[in-house]
Amino acid sequence: MTIPSDLKYTETHEWIKMHPDGSVSVGITDHAQDLLGDMVFVENPAPGQHLVAGKECGVVESVKAASDIYAPLSGRVLAVNIDVETSPEQINTDAWGSWLFTLQPDDPAEIDSLLDAEAYRAIAEADHH
Amino acid sequence: MPPITLKTTALNSVHRELGAKMVDFGGWDMPLHYGSQLAEHAAVRQSAGMFDVSHMCIVDITGNDAKNWLRHLLANDVARLATPGRALYSCMLNPTGGIIDDLIVYANADGSYRMVINAGTTDKDLAWMQQHLAPYQVSLLPRRDLAMIALQGPLATEKLWQAAPGLQALTSDLKPFHSIRWQDWFVARTGYTGEDGFEIMLPASAAAALWRQLYALDVQPAGLGARDTLRLEAGMNLYGQDMDDTTSPLDSGLAWTVDLKDTSRQFIGRTALESHKPNYRLAGLLLLDKGVLRAHQPVDTEAGQGEITSGSFSPTLQRSIALARLPKNIADGAIVHVSVRNKPLAAKVVSYPFVRHGRSLLPPLPTSQES
Repeated sequence: MTIPSDLKYTETHEWIKMHPDGSVSVGITDHAQDLLGDMVFVENPAPGQHLVAGKECGVVESVKAASDIYAPLSGRVLAVNIDVETSPEQINTDAWGSWLFTLQPDDPAEIDSLLDAEAYRAIAEADHH
Repeated sequence: MPPITLKTTALNSVHRELGAKMVDFGGWDMPLHYGSQLAEHAAVRQSAGMFDVSHMCIVDITGNDAKNWLRHLLANDVARLATPGRALYSCMLNPTGGIIDDLIVYANADGSYRMVINAGTTDKDLAWMQQHLAPYQVSLLPRRDLAMIALQGPLATEKLWQAAPGLQALTSDLKPFHSIRWQDWFVARTGYTGEDGFEIMLPASAAAALWRQLYALDVQPAGLGARDTLRLEAGMNLYGQDMDDTTSPLDSGLAWTVDLKDTSRQFIGRTALESHKPNYRLAGLLLLDKGVLRAHQPVDTEAGQGEITSGSFSPTLQRSIALARLPKNIADGAIVHVSVRNKPLAAKVVSYPFVRHGRSLLPPLPTSQES
């Protein structure tokens, strides 16, 4: 399975991309979309909302099941991806390109506590028996 | 390889070859989908799809008392099966009127019957039936030597005839809910999708060859995921979700399957049904807000609370739909609120089925709800 090495990850299958201005974008991993199947609904946090790391902040639903999105970092929501809300199936075809929302972290150092690609790979592969 | 604790059908290795995502379904290792559940759903609505339903149990019922025994065992009346090959949908009830299982029974020309029961309830059903055989002269034979393939969709007939030309003459006038025998196959015009199609019961050893032949004819393999969204759109109950041992057919949208006409027919559960005053009914819901309805979500109505029994996204309608057990006074057209993650979402009570033969049966949807 392909797991980009330039992203950070959570145990709950979110990916985090760091931008030069200090903001991050958040999506769900290819492994997560594969587990969930055909995506039909995305509910993002509201722009301006303050998120607390590890707390539920949104949901993605496939035909099969609903899955919560957990805030990977504490911080304020900058923008949400309307395109992916309108066409959730983008997540199935391109999970790495389908960001859900962007976040301004309260504490940039918190990023270091996220998983790197190798650590996430171990979690994802454990799911595959 | 499937986990050794799970039961497998004759098609297990074919599903794996096709890259199916396999799941534990009531102890059976079954395909959930072969890549995209939505594509499989669309194929059945628009062309043809096939399902391995060999996990369901076929039971042959023979003996002089087969008919009388079934008239005692089932809430629907097999005396209605006037012509050989006819099929009947029925509930099998416990003495309190709860549903042990829902099933289809076919009448054979020689006075015997064939029954198809759910996979997850097979052990319970067989035990119940064995327990209630005496004093009838009846023998039960579970047919685990057979496989069953459901070929469904507007092109199902065409594909069946291409795969088995010998069936063309026998099935061209075959009506829904009728079956015929051909060589060692049993072919029924039944299904669980709301489309035309067949359920083909054949020796397990012949199942893979038929599956591959249909696959070569561009019939889309479809898994349990699509099976669920198709049956939900078609407004068909799912045992264990929409009804179970504790619910009456009268509260489960199945009153039409209970035959009380012959007052001398004392079927199991009849007394309980005759004194049961339903407080609930099974209703259709169409979600007006954005989101997806799921089983067990509470529904607030003007007449009290109800609960969703089955809910999903409808690929045909591109909206979420559900079956819900609602207070019986809530009429079609009422607006109710479903609690989804503690937010009330507006839904409209509608009659079901939602979709038949590829088309929506609902009135045109309001567009003002789009935000």
